[in-house]
Amino acid sequence: MDMKARDFLRLRRVLCTAAIVGGLLGANPPARAELQIEITSGVRDPVPIAIVPFAHPEAAGSDFDAAGIVQHDLEGSGRFRALPRERMPATPTRAEEVASPSWKAVGSDYVVVGRTVKLDNGNIGVDFELVNTLTGAKLAAQRFTGAPGAMRNAAHRVSDVIYQKILGVRGAFATRIAYVAADGEPPAQHFQLIVADADGANQHMVLESRFPLMSPAWSPDGQWLAYVSFETKHAAIYVQLVRSGERKQVSARAGVNGAPAWSPDGRKLALTLGGSSGNPNIYILDLATQDLTPITDDPAIDTEPEWAPDGKSLYFTSDRAGSPQIYQIGAHAGARPKRLTFGGNYSARPRVSPDGSQLAMVTLDNGEYRIAVQDLGNGTVRMLSHGHLDESPSFAPNGATLIYSEREGSHGSLATVSTDGLTGLRLKASQGEVREPAWGPFTP
Amino acid sequence: MSEKVSMHRMIAVLLLALACALTACKSNPSKPAGAEAGTANAGAEGSGATNPNASGSGGGDDEIAGPQAGLLAKRTVYFEFDSSEIKGDGTDIVAAHAKYLASNAGARVRLEGHTDERGSREYNIGLGERRAQAVRRALLLQGAADAQISTVSYGEERPAAAGHDETAWAKNRRVEIVYLGTAPATKP
Repeated sequence: MDMKARDFLRLRRVLCTAAIVGGLLGANPPARAELQIEITSGVRDPVPIAIVPFAHPEAAGSDFDAAGIVQHDLEGSGRFRALPRERMPATPTRAEEVASPSWKAVGSDYVVVGRTVKLDNGNIGVDFELVNTLTGAKLAAQRFTGAPGAMRNAAHRVSDVIYQKILGVRGAFATRIAYVAADGEPPAQHFQLIVADADGANQHMVLESRFPLMSPAWSPDGQWLAYVSFETKHAAIYVQLVRSGERKQVSARAGVNGAPAWSPDGRKLALTLGGSSGNPNIYILDLATQDLTPITDDPAIDTEPEWAPDGKSLYFTSDRAGSPQIYQIGAHAGARPKRLTFGGNYSARPRVSPDGSQLAMVTLDNGEYRIAVQDLGNGTVRMLSHGHLDESPSFAPNGATLIYSEREGSHGSLATVSTDGLTGLRLKASQGEVREPAWGPFTP
Repeated sequence: MSEKVSMHRMIAVLLLALACALTACKSNPSKPAGAEAGTANAGAEGSGATNPNASGSGGGDDEIAGPQAGLLAKRTVYFEFDSSEIKGDGTDIVAAHAKYLASNAGARVRLEGHTDERGSREYNIGLGERRAQAVRRALLLQGAADAQISTVSYGEERPAAAGHDETAWAKNRRVEIVYLGTAPATKP
């Protein structure tokens, strides 16, 4: 086990690839493009933590390395630095076996230990404990369970608890993302809508089409995806229950049907309709009554609505001032918009942080399309990404990370960046390209 | 070092096995992936988007070759960056199709608007629509009837040219004129 652990540590990227391949070969039907993970930028002032390989006495799947998943989660957040396994002074699996002084001596402020347990109902329990080596105190002791073959979620929940106990912010490791995959060469491309774990593993295909799919949007309860599909050779908006595949067409009006966005209470969709005169404006559709309320009404392109967390207003993109800028408008008929962006001549695709304080957007920065974040209180803008064609930002539900899509050479890939801009990860498809990520909500 | 090489080899073998497994599935066009997925052919709503045998059921899958004489064989109008202004060759192409539509009351076209890949996707849907509408207005002004024209915008979603430079981008900023069958297809 020690030899294997050393290999895994040294070749962390290879481990990630192997885990993803392992996940794909499991029960879920494999999506076409598997994701490989690269850590692209460093961390600053990270919390030093040791995550000791968990004991797997009854082999919960020979490739399940709970500690490895926790380590990847915590380091990928940019807030932690894990002790390499070969520097560990011992391999405890219980808190009482942890000799804090020897861990302090190798620089670890915290130690995580654990083991898997086979349960009577056939499920596997992942038990872990978190020890503060400075005080010797046990900060957490908990069990998460999962079915064999579906253990990654349990490990992510361990990461969530550790993150929260140490940083005081809820972890978002046990959440999901949705994105679009495209392969083939234009004009003969093939599209898929995919749901995966937030680390890119466990992908499964939710929809497949010869025609473009775009703008996936999670319902607030994490059960539905709204999206745009061109399968009828015109744009239409659908909502689909992820767990069953059941879908409903919710708007196939003449002209543009686009940019669906769920209200925070899940009862309405803001969307863009162009009509037969081809003038995109924003509307709110009540899903129960089918009432349609116009929100904007002007000859410019008004699109990409995004609900404020209190459900009372919408952010959106409009080129009424000559080029795309971001505006805010009350979520009711007769409201008047207020312009929010002034810093350049292209700001689009607003996404608000869960606490309502920050607005992510695509902006043109010296000729490159990049992700920026604007503080809605004082108006300052920070550039978070550094690519040429970065787009589609989406906040994690804890607001600590943004996922977005970028183009590296001829490959479209997904990337995450911590909202302080300091840590980056790239999720690259091995074939074709991936784009338009949408980060799902917390699930209970 | 040799450990690293053998790790890479193991991964390569796994990836190769996976690639083989996936290509075996590639020929199935409408893959619902079990209980958890939908196909873009679901229920009565769409046309058979993922079924290659679909012929004119619902939707708009009734494209025909249309007129080919002279300029009428040209079906693409190109645009400059951030512009929906018809210029140059585009003016003549549009004029030719307008004249044809004006003299053939049963002829119908679908105008498909596109952009290059730069910028935000849904905003680009708006730009592609603006281009399609510009061509539509020009056709109407030159004698075509409203009922003969439908539009769709694909934004940047359906490029004609792969590539990420101005050569490719120029080929993607376009409106395609697609002729449709004169009689609506009947559902079997």
